[in-house]
Amino acid sequence: MSPDPRPRKQIHLAAHFPGVNNTTVWADPPTLRPTTAPAGGTSPGSALGSQIDFASFVHLARTAERGRFDFFFLAEGLRLREHKGRIHDLDVLGRPETLTVLNALAAVTERLGLAGTVSATFNEPYELARRFASLDHLSGGRAAWNIVTTSDAFTGENFRRGGYLDHADRYTRAAEFLATAHALWDSGPAGGPPRRVDHRGRHFAVRGEFGVARSPQGHPVVIQAGDSAEGREFAASAADVIFTRHSGPEAGRAFYADVKRRLPAYGRRPEDLKIMPGVTFVLGDTLAEAQERAVEIRRQQVSPQTALLTLEQVWGVDLSSYDPDGPLPDIDPDPHGELAQGRVRIADPQAVADRWRALSRAKGLSIRETVIETTGRQSFVGTPDSVAREMDHFVQSDAADGFILVPHLTPEGLDPFVERVVPLLQERGVHRTEYTGTTLRSHLGLPDPARPARKD
Amino acid sequence: MPEPHHPPRLAVALDAPGVPPRHDAAHYTALARLAEHGTLDFVTLGDRFGGPGPDALAVLARIAPDTERIGLVPTVTTTHTEPFHVSTAVATLDWVSRGRAGWTVEVSTTEAEAALVGLRKAAPPAEVWSEAGEVADVAGRLWDSWEDDAEIRDRATGRFVDRAKLHHVDFTGRAFSVRGPSIVPRPPQGRPVTVVEVTGETGGPDRGPSARREVAAARADVALVRAEDPQTAGAARADLLARARAHGRAPGGPLVLASLPVELESSGDAAGLAALLGDWFAQGVADGFHLRLADPVRDLPRLVEGTVPLLRERGLLRRSYEGTTLREHLGLPRPASIYALAREAAR
Ligand SMILES: Cc1cc2nc3c(=O)[nH]c(=O)nc-3n(C[C@H](O)[C@H](O)[C@H](O)COP(=O)(O)O)c2cc1C
Repeated sequence: MSPDPRPRKQIHLAAHFPGVNNTTVWADPPTLRPTTAPAGGTSPGSALGSQIDFASFVHLARTAERGRFDFFFLAEGLRLREHKGRIHDLDVLGRPETLTVLNALAAVTERLGLAGTVSATFNEPYELARRFASLDHLSGGRAAWNIVTTSDAFTGENFRRGGYLDHADRYTRAAEFLATAHALWDSGPAGGPPRRVDHRGRHFAVRGEFGVARSPQGHPVVIQAGDSAEGREFAASAADVIFTRHSGPEAGRAFYADVKRRLPAYGRRPEDLKIMPGVTFVLGDTLAEAQERAVEIRRQQVSPQTALLTLEQVWGVDLSSYDPDGPLPDIDPDPHGELAQGRVRIADPQAVADRWRALSRAKGLSIRETVIETTGRQSFVGTPDSVAREMDHFVQSDAADGFILVPHLTPEGLDPFVERVVPLLQERGVHRTEYTGTTLRSHLGLPDPARPARKD
Repeated sequence: MPEPHHPPRLAVALDAPGVPPRHDAAHYTALARLAEHGTLDFVTLGDRFGGPGPDALAVLARIAPDTERIGLVPTVTTTHTEPFHVSTAVATLDWVSRGRAGWTVEVSTTEAEAALVGLRKAAPPAEVWSEAGEVADVAGRLWDSWEDDAEIRDRATGRFVDRAKLHHVDFTGRAFSVRGPSIVPRPPQGRPVTVVEVTGETGGPDRGPSARREVAAARADVALVRAEDPQTAGAARADLLARARAHGRAPGGPLVLASLPVELESSGDAAGLAALLGDWFAQGVADGFHLRLADPVRDLPRLVEGTVPLLRERGLLRRSYEGTTLREHLGLPRPASIYALAREAAR
């Protein structure tokens, strides 16, 4: 093998606050406790930390900052999910409002970026631009906005406009939303009087003075999460980071190449857009131990009740009479069945069902085992050394620019990674040992956007 | 029945009309800590749709971890904003401050402000205040929509929550509807403290002040009455309490704080202020005071070093906080969830 002539890429790292999905284990079986995490007062068998108490957020954010991560990340959900018309009660649910908790976290951290997911569908540009500019000021230049395009009438029932948008309209709204936010951020008084903004477009008409001074980063960092061609195009045109689910090496490399290829059309360089898949990790002192723990975690994540419910989401019909430890149903999915609301719909349930049945037959898997096998997302399982090596290879081979780590425990799930893997990444020379800048843009190696010259 | 004795409640504004807004957190942290050193009940931070400076709720969330006891009350506009977002942001302020949040309900009435959003035209005060009342109502319902003990983490059944204790609020108002439940569990205070500002004068040509008063009387935990003399403050308090009774509110109605402009040119002034507050309070015209300092950076140290010790000497101000939540400071009970009460009643 000839040595790679390129300098080694630095790995960008972000910490996803767990909760509000079935990847977060809340029942605290002692075997799932990371080996280096402090006992923290939780006794075996008791529930783990809270998804809502501020202390949990402080713990994860400080851990991420100790590991010299680029940013802390919050997802967003605006309506409690329902299944068969009733509120889904099996997973962790309940979360704080994104920007408020990030502002509070700015007080207990110094350098860590603070990224919040906020939908472009259920907000308006003036108010949201002001709230993100405020976070950027109050955190000294550490704000990021993950602009998502969720639109379903189910979530919209909590909002004034009802909030439903066709898929085709979501990204045109998001793009115009962001362009309007840019105009507002650029208009803020910076030494001189504020400039007036006058935007009239298909989705918004915004006229007036912004009032908030231009913030430390000029424009808070913009993250995009979404996968369609329109989503990738939007990211290529306007985002600084992509949060993606493509976390396997092949899918990762294909996605990476596809997105980076779109950049020149917008006058941007490949390094102007960082690609960061959401990944999970399980560590052990030996590979066998890590694998054993990973299996145990999957069993916790997919309880018998959760297995049936997952199946019902594919089949679209009531399957409560089936035994989760028995075989898959031989009835076909109802293509119009809509039992689950507030989740992304499966495009072709029949194809999924066929695939799952084939797998279950071939391997002799029960319903629960099939769900465990097909919905697994454990990206990095191994010893700290093997995980550090794999992650490094992943990044150097252009399958990603870094990772958004999704721990399975709240709030101590990141501790073992920071204590055991981060030092190894630092030894390999692919992760900073100290922050060199103060803003999130500088952590990500992104230039500050220039303030456009006055037109008037 | 005689009212239980409670010393005057005392609050201070961190912003002032003539002072340019600051964007740095350190400025606000220093002021709030000083007010906390003076064992005041709460600080307010104004906000105006289209106004200059950072978002008030963001600022108070930013300084929450840097303070321990003082109540944090930002102005939140209910016109052109989403009631669902407003309710979750205030609930979250309560979570990050561990029970010290309130909000001052405000509206937006100008065309210039409406044009910043571009969704609809400006509307007269009576209309936007009626909507503000609905927003305060739905916010309360959303805060109640998770009963306090909805989270059960029952390992035997695998259920994280008891869905019988989560409630759709199904609210339909004139300008919006909300399905619910909230995504934020019930905040530490149950309901953060709702504040409404009114003026001493009763009603104006645009019916604005009286529409405000209706909201204050019907829904506020605390009303701030802008008044420059005790008679006006006392009359406004009597009017508010009468309106509150007409709304069927429990005795007490809102706490009424006289909101006074204050300029402390000297430590003489600071003593004079203590005497004035003591005098107004003795006349029974207010349950306490909200002080609007001409220049907080100059005046707050004088207030805390000059006025506060004198108030303490006269037994008009605590020497240290006894409670930890804003409701406890104000002597307001923690309300039960209306849904929990209804469920109890149906049993
Ligand atoms: C990795 C990832 C994370 C996402 N996180 C959120 C989220 O937190 N909240 C949300 O409302 N939507 C979220 N979305 C949904 C997207 O914003 C978008 O609505 C969805 O992916 C459909 O867009 P697409 O067709 O371009 O994929 C996420 C999507 C991806 C791929």
